[in-house]
Amino acid sequence: MWSFSNIANNLHEWLSNTFNPTMTLIIEMVLAGVAVIGLFAALGLVLVIMERKVSAWMQIRLGPNRVGPKGLLQSLADTLKLLVKEGLTPNGADKFLFNLAPFIAMIVAMLLMAPIAFAKDFQLWDLNIGVLYVSAVSSLMVISILMAGWSSNNKYSLMGAMRSGAQIVSYELSAGLSVLAVVVMTGSLQVSDIIHSQADGWWIFKGHIPMVIAFVTFIIAVTAETNRAPFDLAEAESELTAGFHTEYSGMKFALFFLAEYVNVFIVCAIGATLFLGGWMPFHIGNWTAFNHVMDYIPSSIWFFGKTFFLIFVIMWFRWTFPRLRIDQLLNLEWKYLLPISMINLLIVTAMAILKWHF
Amino acid sequence: MFITKYIKDVYNGVKSLLVGMKRTLYYFTHHKEIITQQYPDNRDTLVLPERFKGEVVMPHDEKNEHRCTGCQACELACPNGTIKVIFKNELNAEGKKKKAIDKLVYHLELCTMCNLCIEACPSDAIKMAQTFEHSVFDRNELTKILNNPGSKIMDGVE
Repeated sequence: MWSFSNIANNLHEWLSNTFNPTMTLIIEMVLAGVAVIGLFAALGLVLVIMERKVSAWMQIRLGPNRVGPKGLLQSLADTLKLLVKEGLTPNGADKFLFNLAPFIAMIVAMLLMAPIAFAKDFQLWDLNIGVLYVSAVSSLMVISILMAGWSSNNKYSLMGAMRSGAQIVSYELSAGLSVLAVVVMTGSLQVSDIIHSQADGWWIFKGHIPMVIAFVTFIIAVTAETNRAPFDLAEAESELTAGFHTEYSGMKFALFFLAEYVNVFIVCAIGATLFLGGWMPFHIGNWTAFNHVMDYIPSSIWFFGKTFFLIFVIMWFRWTFPRLRIDQLLNLEWKYLLPISMINLLIVTAMAILKWHF
Repeated sequence: MFITKYIKDVYNGVKSLLVGMKRTLYYFTHHKEIITQQYPDNRDTLVLPERFKGEVVMPHDEKNEHRCTGCQACELACPNGTIKVIFKNELNAEGKKKKAIDKLVYHLELCTMCNLCIEACPSDAIKMAQTFEHSVFDRNELTKILNNPGSKIMDGVE
C-alpha cells in the first residue's frame, strides 16, 4: 500500500544500492532539508490563505476572492510581491544582527520539524528525548525576536521584543507542565513511544478530566508562545505599529511571517501528537468494524487532519478574543495557568501511579 | 472565601470566552450572514442599509412644494458651516409680506454626514439620501442648492 514510510524506505534502499554509505547519508540529509523547506513554503501559502478566509468568515466578511478561483491564489500573489520588494536595512540598525534575526527564526522552526512524526514510521529523527528537545528548542524562538527588536534600534521594536521575552519565558512553564502530564502517563519522552501508547485511545480520552485540563492549558500556552492573538503583545499593531518586525520589509519580513505560521503548525502538530494520538486513527473500544474503517484512512491524513483542526482552533481564538494587556497576560499565567497545571500534574501523577486511566 | 472566588473567576472567564467562540463559530458556518457588498460588481442591485447617510437632500412633493420654513436650525446645528440659508420676501394669500427661503445652499465638500442638521430640523424638511457616488471633475459642482427652482413652502407648515 502506498504510504510515506514505503516511499522513504524504497528511496533509502535505492540510494544505498547506488552510492556508498556516506554519500547516501549526505544525499538523504539534503533531501530531508529540501523536503522541510518545501513543506515550509506550502504551509506558508496554505496557512495564510486559511487564516484570511477564516478571519473573514468569522467577521461576516468575504475575504480574498479575486486572485484565482475563490481567491485561493491570493497568498501566492502576496509572496511574489514580497519577493520582489526591497529588503531595507535602517541606517541606525546593527546590520549583522538585523539581517541574521529572520534566519534564526526560520532555523528554529526547521529544527523543530525533526522529531515530528508526519505519518506512520515517517519521522526525520526519532530521538529518545523528543519532547524535551521540542520544549528546549522552541524557547530559542525568543532569541530571534529579541535580536530583531534590539538590533532594529527602534523603540517600538525593543518594546515588542521585551514583551515577547517576558511572555515566552512565562508561558514556557505551563506548556512544559502540561506536556509533562502526557510524559508521566506514557513514561517516555520519545515521540514514537508516546504515539504508540495511544493505540487503544488518545490521551485526551484515556486521561479523563485532568488530561482535558492539560490539553486546554497546553493550547493556551502555545498560543501565547507563538505570539498570536489574544497574546500578540509582541506585535500589537495598534500600540507598537508592528512590534519587533516594525523595521523589516520585503523577504526578511516574509521570513518572520512564515516563521510565525510554521511555528503555529509545529505547536499544533505537537499538541496533536501528545494529546490526540499523532497519526493514530480514531478507535472506539471494541467496535471492530468501526475501527477497521478508521484504519483505512492513511495515517498522514489523520496527522494533518488533527493538526489543521488545532490550527483552526488557534485561529478561532485569534478572531474572537481581544488582546490582553501585559499585566493581565502575566496574571493569567502566574495566577491561573501555572497553579492549575501544577495541581493537574500532581493529579495526573497520582493517576499514573494508581493506574486510574484506561 | 478566596478559593471559591478563584474558582468562580475561572468558571466565569471560561464561560464568557466560550460564548464569544460560539458566536464566531456561528458566523463562520453561516455564510448568509456576510454583509460585504461587492460594490462595482453589484452596482445595479446594490441595497444599502436603511440608515446609510450619503448626502443631504430636500424632498419635494408633486406640486413642487417643500417643507422648509427657513428657520435656520440646520445652519446653526452644522458644525462646519455646510448649510447656508438665503432668504427672500414673499407675499402670501392675504397680501402680507412673509419671509421664505430663496436658496438653501449645501456644500457637499464640507459635509461629514453627521446627521445633526436632520435631527435639528423641526419640520422634517431635509433628509439623508442614499446616493454616494459623489465624485465630480469640478469642485463647484459640489455646492448644491437643495430647493428646486420655483418651489414654495407647503401649506400648513409653519
